[in-house]
Amino acid sequence: MDKEAILKKFKPTLDNILYILHDLQDENPQHYLSKDDIKVCADYLNIPYSYTHSVASFYTMFSMKPRGRNIIRLCDSPPCHLMGSKSLLDYLQRTLKVTTGETTKDGIFTLELTSCLGACGVAPAMMVNNEMFGNLTPEKVDTILDKRRKEL
Amino acid sequence: MNRVRNHVLISIDAGTIMAGARAVEKALTEEIVRQGLSDEITVLETGSIGATGQGVIIVVYPEGVYYGNVTVQDIPQLVEEHLLKGRLVKRLLLSELPKQHVVTKEKTGLLKEQPRIVLRNSGIIDPENIDEYIAREGYEAIGKAFSLKPEGVIEEIKKSGLIGRGGAGFPTAMKWGFAHNAPGDQKYIICNADEGEPGTFKDRLILEGDPHKLIEGMIIAGYAIGATKGFIYIRGEYSLSIERLEKAIAQARQYELLGDNILESGFSFDLSVMKGAGAYVCGEETALIESLEGKRGHPRLKPPFPAIAGLWHKPTVVNNVETLANIPEIIWRGATWYRGYGTEKCPGTKVYTIIGNVATPGIIEAEMGTTLRDIIYEYAGGIKEGKKFKCALVGGAAGAFLGPDMLDVQMDFANLKEYAAVLGSGAILVMDEDADIVDMLQSVLHFFKHESCGHCVPCRLGTAQLVKVIDRIAASKGIKEDIEKLSNISDVMRDTSFCPLGQSLCLPISSALKYFHDEVYARIPL
Repeated sequence: MDKEAILKKFKPTLDNILYILHDLQDENPQHYLSKDDIKVCADYLNIPYSYTHSVASFYTMFSMKPRGRNIIRLCDSPPCHLMGSKSLLDYLQRTLKVTTGETTKDGIFTLELTSCLGACGVAPAMMVNNEMFGNLTPEKVDTILDKRRKEL
Repeated sequence: MNRVRNHVLISIDAGTIMAGARAVEKALTEEIVRQGLSDEITVLETGSIGATGQGVIIVVYPEGVYYGNVTVQDIPQLVEEHLLKGRLVKRLLLSELPKQHVVTKEKTGLLKEQPRIVLRNSGIIDPENIDEYIAREGYEAIGKAFSLKPEGVIEEIKKSGLIGRGGAGFPTAMKWGFAHNAPGDQKYIICNADEGEPGTFKDRLILEGDPHKLIEGMIIAGYAIGATKGFIYIRGEYSLSIERLEKAIAQARQYELLGDNILESGFSFDLSVMKGAGAYVCGEETALIESLEGKRGHPRLKPPFPAIAGLWHKPTVVNNVETLANIPEIIWRGATWYRGYGTEKCPGTKVYTIIGNVATPGIIEAEMGTTLRDIIYEYAGGIKEGKKFKCALVGGAAGAFLGPDMLDVQMDFANLKEYAAVLGSGAILVMDEDADIVDMLQSVLHFFKHESCGHCVPCRLGTAQLVKVIDRIAASKGIKEDIEKLSNISDVMRDTSFCPLGQSLCLPISSALKYFHDEVYARIPL
């Protein structure tokens, strides 16, 4: 869907800003809000670029920099922390050779932390794009990553 | 028409999807066709049955047999043995049911019988089919509500003693009364489904398992306060909840339960779903309203309270999902019936998420006043691997650590306050003897530093300083004064922060130090 079509789905009122930003980000091949995305949203709603940027940057689900094909969101809230999310974070950072917030050189993964995903019954948990994974171990993480690496 | 012999329910929620429920569902449907049973057996999706960590869960009715950890490979055997030949597949029966293998719903998964008000339909009906909700007395309560005046509805809720389940523990009828009496041409009802309190996933399971109950609750709330428009502000991460809710709203519109002149009562009401974008502070009602208006989610100065000037400065009521899910039951069955559950000050039930080092983590509904001991040992099967109970963080990250001396205290909003604790969102994170309290506190403080919205100075700087201090202690590089510093900073934040986010941090800190001062002190090098 082109940007014009996304905008047209919503009335140009301020209360639609999060909807529009969500959809623009979902359609962006690099899964982030580019300067142009922010600008088209601002122009459509007839508000300043700076205001749109300030709203977008407030919410953690929006990214201001390009991201990989798969966004890994590891939960690091207290329940997952208790069940060992910290060692998983170390493992992910070592395996992917990135720190939190970075994208792998091949552009396949971006590693992020998230607050509680509500999957505490199967902690530690993470999301990869829209898919949820629980009871994680390094071996399980390897399987998940391998599968994603093979997808093109 | 063919007579359906068996209904096979498959629990589709975030947890079971993770375990491969979609693939199992597909295999099950195909296998039933392959064995020529498709005329006699129907496969239905349902919400969570309340047990987590049990893999894919399937229930066969009318027997009421629960199977857990079902994989695609198990399906041919399951279909042939149980559905064709009528023999139980013993190796797949849910293991947490030692006393009996064939059980009724109320006894499943989690060990003790639960009174189910809020979760009455969850795991029984197909949440994507409005007819199933209606068959369980759904949407009866709106008819009854319309026969009462709005004042009568508020009076009934007042008599029931319902207290808001979002965490602050404010009487629901009072909030409704303020908005009802406030002058205004337009009023709004908002459902706060921005469930972000760490360890809490009760609202998600209500949304996924019984979305029509929430819709019915919102129609009644709208009628009571005089709102014609409602919003459900839901976490952006909850994709299945959003999908189910949108479907449910479309169905309700089709049945003319939403829209103009509902049931020819003269009352018109409609609902929209608003998707959040990841901000814990938006669980605070005024920050949520700002976010709905398309702004950064900063809290507003109170008063005026939202009931007087809320969304677009119109009178607005913001209620939690669980609160609203109680409404249809109270109106339909009456306040006196409702008061038969729970305690004098806090009637009804509470939905808890019980997690951490327990044998069977999951979601339970228990009467208000149930003790922590009962919840841990009766409902959740005790501490994992027979270890000793160390403490529980009750009420989410903004809650308090409770030690062994609190195990037998009756838990409700009013009673816990007397012990300087809170029920909060109903999250109970249990820690066994091996848990490291400094490590946990560090995790809590990092969470708050990340989620502080930056609007006011005490919270923005306070959380940053607290993290600095706790990181130092955790790295065994702290100094003696650091412990006092934790208390001092959080006390100042309690007194001076703009909203509950910064104000509530003193609770985990003071309670952790009350029980485990020596453990923290031991991390300070001499």
